[in-house]
Amino acid sequence: MIIDLERFTATEKPFWDELERLLKRVEDDPACRLGVDGAARFHYLYQRASAGLARLDGLAAPLEFRRYLESLVARAYGEIHSSRDNAYRFKPRVWLMDTFPQTFRRFIRQFQLAVLITIVGAVFGAAVLMVAPEEKGMLLPFDHLHGSPTERVAREEQEAGKRLAGHKATFSSSLMTHNTQVSIACMATGMTWGVGTIILLFYNGVILGAVVLDYLAAGQGIFLAGWLLPHGVIEIPAILIAGQAGLVLATALIGKGSGLPLVARMRKVWADLTTLIGGVALMLIWAGLVEAFFSQYHEPVLPYSVKIAFGLVELCLLVLFLGRSGRGGKVAGRG
Amino acid sequence: MAEQTTTLQIRTPEGIRFSLLLAGPTSRLLALLVDFSCITVATTTISTVLRLFALISQDIFMALTILSGFVISIGYGIGCEWYWQGQTVGKRLLQLRVVDEQGLKLQFSQVVIRNLLRIVDSLPALYLVGGIASLTSRKCQRLGDLAAGTIVVRTPRVSLPDLEQLGTEKFNSLAAYPHLVARLRQKVSREEGAIALRALIRREELDPAARLELFRELATLFRSQVAFPAEAVDGVSDERYVRNVVELLFEKRGR
Repeated sequence: MIIDLERFTATEKPFWDELERLLKRVEDDPACRLGVDGAARFHYLYQRASAGLARLDGLAAPLEFRRYLESLVARAYGEIHSSRDNAYRFKPRVWLMDTFPQTFRRFIRQFQLAVLITIVGAVFGAAVLMVAPEEKGMLLPFDHLHGSPTERVAREEQEAGKRLAGHKATFSSSLMTHNTQVSIACMATGMTWGVGTIILLFYNGVILGAVVLDYLAAGQGIFLAGWLLPHGVIEIPAILIAGQAGLVLATALIGKGSGLPLVARMRKVWADLTTLIGGVALMLIWAGLVEAFFSQYHEPVLPYSVKIAFGLVELCLLVLFLGRSGRGGKVAGRG
Repeated sequence: MAEQTTTLQIRTPEGIRFSLLLAGPTSRLLALLVDFSCITVATTTISTVLRLFALISQDIFMALTILSGFVISIGYGIGCEWYWQGQTVGKRLLQLRVVDEQGLKLQFSQVVIRNLLRIVDSLPALYLVGGIASLTSRKCQRLGDLAAGTIVVRTPRVSLPDLEQLGTEKFNSLAAYPHLVARLRQKVSREEGAIALRALIRREELDPAARLELFRELATLFRSQVAFPAEAVDGVSDERYVRNVVELLFEKRGR
């Protein structure tokens, strides 16, 4: 069957032009509201263009015609059938106090697995250092941890926090960006069926275990607690939550027993992954500030008891926040 | 290795089918290079502006430079793709757009995930993992796209063909033979008719030699299908002959 294209175009073109104008309006301004009449007209024009496209099916019309109508229908379809409202209704307080802790608790098994992997890594790191102390340089990637803990403690207590004088902000921002990059990597490598996430968590555990054993063996447990606790009680859980996100991604990717196709499984966790990694970023900003402006001061400038108490209070608040915040109320909007 | 497709068919709830043209790895790579350039320019510019802070404190200047560089490198893709609905500067230049693989608009979390997963796609260097993934996946998706359920499509500016190119207002010498016109409509297939119509619409875009050759071939084809009397075709050029045939094929019966 052959269509009278000239007549068809002459009849429909005004409607296509009107749809094109409306599309441009809503695309240029995502917050634009058409109103009830405008939305009804938009829907009518979409249906009319769709009907035109359907008429071309099986007809001898040039490809350009089909492309033009397909482009119009595709754009209108995207506008009519999608919803982007979440971003405009985003409430930071609700997200922080309800959505984030609720999401954390919903995937607590992945968090527990991340903790377990890190503990296994820590035990392994401590064991390697115990058996082969000469491998310390290989185990610990940071130069300031290569020397004797006792010498470091003596040196830093003597410097009284002046080592970073004039560089604290730079140090803090470097910590924030580096740790956030590690966290993103920890989450993103979940896409390797979780193998990358597991390796990163295990390696973090190895470093942590080796450092802890090194300082405890040198009798510098108090210094270690005073140095590590103020920022570590936030930083380490943040990396663990990033690992949790990576394992959530891996679980969705593997999809064992879910019976859903890959796209549907992924669709279910997008918002949760975004929430978890957003929370991690906030935690790391705090940890970076504490590490640069607080953790680097030791006795006699700052008593270890104060630093340890500060770290323990932070830990309690974090546990309370992640464990209790957002409980009792309805489940907040995800993402 | 999955068989790759260049278009993605979407079927709407209303039962209408349309296709999206998938972007290939080359155009995506070019867009990525443009985006890298934009990030470099933005980082350098902001660093230059922040240098003012060095007058107050070198420490604050360095800290702000590190933070802004990080935020720009992570936030550029997220910000642009969210604000421009699936486009960055590079994608706009190359006429590409990220869309949901069901043809819907992007959710914020999709934008975040596909951009954060660049870190895996860029492993071990030069986007090797992402490149291999997009070359081997059916819908040209890198890992970030697979996780976020997104595809990158080509969005060339498409305008309605100009039907005045057909020149149907002129005298049609073939129309005087309705029985032959009826036979012509019977013999010429839909595809042949569509090709001839397309050739007429795009004739001004063709080189003169290619134009002559194309219309010579089409006219020969139509002449071989139905032979009109000599008085109807004498002095009629190949292009005019094809135009007459197309007019007869596409006009409403009884006009």
